[in-house]
Amino acid sequence: MTTDVNRRVLPGFALSLGYTMFYLSLLVLIPIFAGVVKASSLSFQNFWDAVSGDRAVAAYTLTVGASFVSAAIDIVIGVLVAWVLVRYQSPLKGIFDALVDLPFALPTAVAGLVYSDLYVENGWLGRFLVPLGIQGAYSRLGIVLVLTFIGFPFVVRTLQPVLENLETDIEEAAACLGANRWQTVTRVLLPAVWPATITAFALAFARALGEYGSVVFISGNMPYRTEIAPVLIVARLEEFAYGEATAIAVVLLVISLVTLFLINLLERWSKQSHA
Amino acid sequence: MSISVKDVTKRFGDFVALDHLSVEVPSGALLALLGPSGSGKTTLLRIIAGLEVADSGTVLYEDEDVTNSRVRDRNVGFVFQHYALFRHMTVFENIAFGLRVRHTPKAQVKERVHELLKLIQLEGLERSLPSQLSGGQRQRVALARALAVQPKVLLLDEPFGALDAKVRQELRQWLRRLHEEIHVTSVFVTHDQEEAFEVADRVVIMNKGRIEQAGTPQEIFEQPANPFVMDFLGNVNVFHGRVSGGRADLGGLNVEYPEYMDRESREATAFVRSHELDIQRVRNGRPALQANIVHINPAGQVVKVRLHAEQFGVWLNSSSRPGGCASSFRTIKFEGGGDE
Amino acid sequence: MPDTATTPRNITAAHEDPPAVRIALIATALLIMGVLIVVPLVNVFYQALAGGLRLYFENLLGDPDTLHSVKLTLIVAPAAVLANIVFGVAAAWAIARFKFPGRALLTAFIDLPFAVSPVVVGLFLVLIFGLQGFLGPWLRAHDIKVIFAIPGLIIATAFVTFPVVARELIPLMEAIGADEEIAAVSLGARGWQMFRRVTLPNIKWGLLYGIILCNARAMGEFGAVAVVSGRISGQTDTMPLRVEKLFQEYNMPGAFAVASVLASLAVVTLLVKSALEWKTRSDLAAAAREASEGGQA
Repeated sequence: MTTDVNRRVLPGFALSLGYTMFYLSLLVLIPIFAGVVKASSLSFQNFWDAVSGDRAVAAYTLTVGASFVSAAIDIVIGVLVAWVLVRYQSPLKGIFDALVDLPFALPTAVAGLVYSDLYVENGWLGRFLVPLGIQGAYSRLGIVLVLTFIGFPFVVRTLQPVLENLETDIEEAAACLGANRWQTVTRVLLPAVWPATITAFALAFARALGEYGSVVFISGNMPYRTEIAPVLIVARLEEFAYGEATAIAVVLLVISLVTLFLINLLERWSKQSHA
Repeated sequence: MSISVKDVTKRFGDFVALDHLSVEVPSGALLALLGPSGSGKTTLLRIIAGLEVADSGTVLYEDEDVTNSRVRDRNVGFVFQHYALFRHMTVFENIAFGLRVRHTPKAQVKERVHELLKLIQLEGLERSLPSQLSGGQRQRVALARALAVQPKVLLLDEPFGALDAKVRQELRQWLRRLHEEIHVTSVFVTHDQEEAFEVADRVVIMNKGRIEQAGTPQEIFEQPANPFVMDFLGNVNVFHGRVSGGRADLGGLNVEYPEYMDRESREATAFVRSHELDIQRVRNGRPALQANIVHINPAGQVVKVRLHAEQFGVWLNSSSRPGGCASSFRTIKFEGGGDE
Repeated sequence: MPDTATTPRNITAAHEDPPAVRIALIATALLIMGVLIVVPLVNVFYQALAGGLRLYFENLLGDPDTLHSVKLTLIVAPAAVLANIVFGVAAAWAIARFKFPGRALLTAFIDLPFAVSPVVVGLFLVLIFGLQGFLGPWLRAHDIKVIFAIPGLIIATAFVTFPVVARELIPLMEAIGADEEIAAVSLGARGWQMFRRVTLPNIKWGLLYGIILCNARAMGEFGAVAVVSGRISGQTDTMPLRVEKLFQEYNMPGAFAVASVLASLAVVTLLVKSALEWKTRSDLAAAAREASEGGQA
């Protein structure tokens, strides 16, 4: 059935599309447009000074770096957890499967609060880690920890269906051809999930880039050391430096949009090569 | 390399897939496991390969007991119904996989893969991905991949099941010729009796985890061991004869066979589906056999008729719609093997 | 009969990992889930209740600013969710039922709020509605307060949770297909009748989950709301903002008390999701059973 037939048969096309466009424009596109207009009303020199200052550059570097590291950690632990959830049966599986989504549903402020409490010197985990010299709270490590938490479900939920759809016969084929289990995993299984892994990485990375609520609790927000870009934007706003705040925000927005664009490109590419 | 399966039993929960089953595959044979779905034929194949472990019983390759050896140590070639090609690898890498995991030197891998590409007639496609190939091409790549490691035995699970009728027909002929070339002991699973009889030189008919009959296609046709076999095969007719110069002479029947234009006469066996036979009261000038009707079974929409052509000692099965009148011998499934 | 039934059958199937690997992987996965998710979740409730139930309820109900933040959240989140439900259903209807130029682009735009940092969202809203913003003078002239007031909080929350309902519904409606709706129209149903009697019953569970997830995100929204609220205690602090304020005042029992309410909301969301998934699975199984019995239904 072609959808062209639907347009003649089913009601509400103009109404639903019209309302969708109206609401999207009003709520999302106009504010973004306003921000870009505001940024372009700055002189180039002002814009450049705002986005290229040492403090701003330190903030971007930390934001992108911490997001990258946490997304990489998410890939490793996410692949492992997704594999265990898909391949092994256990009575607790249902509970753990549901808990994977907790970072989706838990307010980021709660995540930040509890993570900072866990990793301080007398916290449940900090009491073991701090004597070893591992400072989980008020440090860059803390930022990576909460961002890992935030991005975790994106990786598991992207990989789970891909692993479920892997036919066991390709593993049997590899074994028949003389591959041992390690060779089967590294040469057959991992390459087969590779495109999904890249998508999962990009999703976790994009989510981490914009995160604010949880990081603000655990990072300590020290300029040049543990201050991420969104925190710097808020700091500039509190100084009523709207222009500088907007300039930094536009840079962050561009990084996010480029990531989003790449995700779309990757999905299209992996769909084509797996047609 | 012969295969012996001795007294193998396999259960899945309450379901008995194989029930104290024994079977011999002579060295160099091309054997078909034929049966309805749920008869245990795929389970048997997977136990021979080592992909499934029997609850009891033994599997021998020649004299070596492989019952407890792992699949990757058995050196079997296995062809899956849905190909199971590695979709992120090119055709070349798929075929080379078994050699690579054995750390074969690169030059040797290249040589062997090209040799196989030639064998499966896909030279020039080595850089393609499986998704760019047709179903028939994929199945040939799967076969080449299985053959690359020079397996002791070749096992095929419904190898043509996922293909359309025309491609299936071509690949059958091709597999038959390939087997004549390489002579590796081969077992394939099928539910299509036409396929089994056309391709295999030995057929094992299975039902409910047991073997109903094993033998050459001819033996099974001429002496069906029991009612199940008779019913299962009920609708195929076998004719023996010779072909030459575009005609086939089949014990009283002389029909056109343009696929073989050679002047040299060869022995041939023809299989004719029951619905391709037509019953006429009077000769109408077309190729025909005189036969007596032995039994008529009006089963549902088709009428099944058993006939006996006394003159040539041939039993015939025919089925046709009541009142319908098909022209005789619309197609002949032809297998021009045997001595010259 | 050869005595092979007793031979050890200790070889693993080709697609299974060796037992030692399996145990190691399960243990590692449990460790990851434990440290990453279970321990923090338990810690929230432990810290909230560490001082006893009395102190817990005192922290929640005794502080007027905290109480106000609960009330404010109960106004802001439902308003934003309601706006997004209407949008989500409309967008899903347009995208899942019709083909039109720019459909892929529209789908990408709907995902946009997920890619924009909440802080940036808040900032852009300030740029429009703030005193120095594009609409600032006009709003002041008409005595309308958006920034540092409830309308700003609702708009910011709606922006950030904008895609949630639509993203639940679009794949669901694409999977269901249009056949039943076309049948309804061919039987003479008007648009609204078709929607209420055919579309809605088919999508109700997906819609319910979308609403609950959207609500959880709305109640928990922090970054965008933090920027537009001005953080006036007792006036524009929502629950997550209240958590931060208590945290900054070193009132940890208070912060954890409010956090525990938000965490309970997350747990309820997950429970509903699991229940709906279980229901969908059993519905599918029932449908498959019926089909295999000859499909008399």
